[in-house]
Amino acid sequence: MKIPLKYTIRNFKSRKLTTIITVAGIAMVVFVFAAVLMMAYGIQKTMIATGCTDNVLIARKSAYGEVSSIVVRDDYNTILTLPHIAKAEDGKPLVSGETVIVIGLERRSGGLSNVTARGVARTVFTLRPQVKIVEGRAFQQGAREVIAGASIRKNFIGAELGNTVSFGGDTWTIVGYFEAGGSGFDSEFWVDNDQLQDAFNRQGGFSTVTFKLDDPNSFSAFKAAFENEPRLQQFEPKIEQKFFQEQSESLSTFINILGIFITVIFSFGATIGAMITMYAAVANRIVEVGTLRALGFKRRSVLSAFLMESIAISLFGGLIGLLLASLLQFFSLSMLNFSSFAELQFSFALSPSIVLSSLFFSLFMGIAGGFLPAVRAARLKIVDALRAG
Amino acid sequence: MSNSIIQVQNVSKSYWRDSLEVPVLNDISIDVHEGEFLGLMGPSGSGKTTLLNLIAGIDRPSRGNVIVGGIDITKLNESNLAKWRSRHIGFVFQFYNLLPVLTAFENVELPLLLTSLSKAERKKHVELSLDVVGLGDRIHHYPKQLSGGQEQRVAIARAIVTDPTLLVADEPTGDLDKRSAEEIMILLERLNTEFKKTIVMVTHDPRAAEKAKVVHHLDKGELS
Ligand SMILES: Nc1ncnc2c1ncn2[C@@H]1O[C@H](COP(=O)(O)OP(=O)(O)O)[C@@H](O)[C@H]1O
Ligand SMILES: [Mg+2]
Repeated sequence: MKIPLKYTIRNFKSRKLTTIITVAGIAMVVFVFAAVLMMAYGIQKTMIATGCTDNVLIARKSAYGEVSSIVVRDDYNTILTLPHIAKAEDGKPLVSGETVIVIGLERRSGGLSNVTARGVARTVFTLRPQVKIVEGRAFQQGAREVIAGASIRKNFIGAELGNTVSFGGDTWTIVGYFEAGGSGFDSEFWVDNDQLQDAFNRQGGFSTVTFKLDDPNSFSAFKAAFENEPRLQQFEPKIEQKFFQEQSESLSTFINILGIFITVIFSFGATIGAMITMYAAVANRIVEVGTLRALGFKRRSVLSAFLMESIAISLFGGLIGLLLASLLQFFSLSMLNFSSFAELQFSFALSPSIVLSSLFFSLFMGIAGGFLPAVRAARLKIVDALRAG
Repeated sequence: MSNSIIQVQNVSKSYWRDSLEVPVLNDISIDVHEGEFLGLMGPSGSGKTTLLNLIAGIDRPSRGNVIVGGIDITKLNESNLAKWRSRHIGFVFQFYNLLPVLTAFENVELPLLLTSLSKAERKKHVELSLDVVGLGDRIHHYPKQLSGGQEQRVAIARAIVTDPTLLVADEPTGDLDKRSAEEIMILLERLNTEFKKTIVMVTHDPRAAEKAKVVHHLDKGELS
């Protein structure tokens, strides 16, 4: 039979200060834990939003990100001969050969930062319908003009309409802003690809080639044709969304590992705090334990009563930590993405699995902190416990 | 002829302190009859509490048997002994041993949580017990809101709520002023005469011992 739960709850209410300190310790650890996971997940989510599921991105197999990939003109033309590439109304293929370079720009918060400048084809707005001009206009062909993503506008000095930015030995006028639904494109400048290649003397080729599939299900058919083409063996086609998701993996894995490493260390502190609290709780209630046992309550009822007490405290702390962490969703951050060598702006994002992991983590701290004290309480001999008064 | 409800047979008990054996009880035998009110007296350290604990099944003798209501409790395993205690023994302690975070009602209800009684039945039993000890109007008070005498009555209500075979009381008046002690003794006497409870009480208060029908004296672990 169980020792009533109200016994547990009133007991930690009766020692407010130690309970609050323990709860706060666990809340802090869970906050950091959840924040880290939310950060990594936010990066992933941003990168997943970057790609479309019916676009295919072709890059060099050995390339580490878009910047280090090269697709020369001949290969580009070979790609265009393959089947399953969607056509625009004018009959031209919906394809964008793109050149990606990284430029340095001054942040509003101080310091220089890397930003991606992407040369795109005119078809790009049909290819990526999530990208919309929200102010100003698109760049004109034949002009040194750029449009800036939403995060660039927010974070960098001089990113105002009509201002110029310098790169590739030339100055470029900002003629419009675009929004890309919180995706990685929001952290980029887009320019006419011919202009970019001209400025950087890279007329020889693109970084990557992206096109729309004629049917969302035709990727495997396209891939088969692609792999049968001997001239394209050093390239690899991927669904665009998958490509960008993979671009986020090294950064989000790094954050996860670092963050979990830090929180595991913190959690030792919080667990030991919970343990000290519970040892004190047991020491103060030895006679109560003896009395309960004399009345006929079993050792395991005593064990579970103290364990429940520790778990209740830690779950409560965990919930508070999680609640505070969930407020982070209203904040965004920017960070250097190792894969693109450029700044990526993203928001903290919460997922059901992060909620679950955080609660499990606090449950674990409660069990780890409460177990030994609870065992000590359960192992007391009745007569010794009763004499402890 | 045996209407003995308790038979303590050749019981010895020693404790181990470090690797030294400390004898506490030496070959004790007692019979307690059903409905008896037994007083155990003796100087401090003579083993009274130890003997009471053996009878109540919260400790085990080193040698000998303790038979209560026909059951040799020294043969029960820990789990069955716990179950046995919850059914047959009502405890009254010197310092009441109420749980401070529970109200009078909840303290008295505790032993009933180990039975299969429904919530409504438990309530009935608890209220009845608190009425018997004269605290029907204090059921939602916490122990710290009660006087010592009142706390001891709540403890007695907790001891009788399961209608146990035997009440064991270890110095039940030891921490009370004269008047409260008197009231508690009258209550115990009433439980014995009116409710036919068998009671074993340890005390070194001669005024308390007066209420007992039979008094045994213990000295250095031996009955005298
Ligand atoms: N759990 C125990 N461990 C060690 N020694 C004990 C224990 N319980 C009692 N004793 C010793 O046994 C002797 C008798 O104790 P007790 O039965 O409490 O005496 P009384 O109740 O008559 O004062 C004392 O010397 C006491 O120190
Ligand atoms: Mg004693």
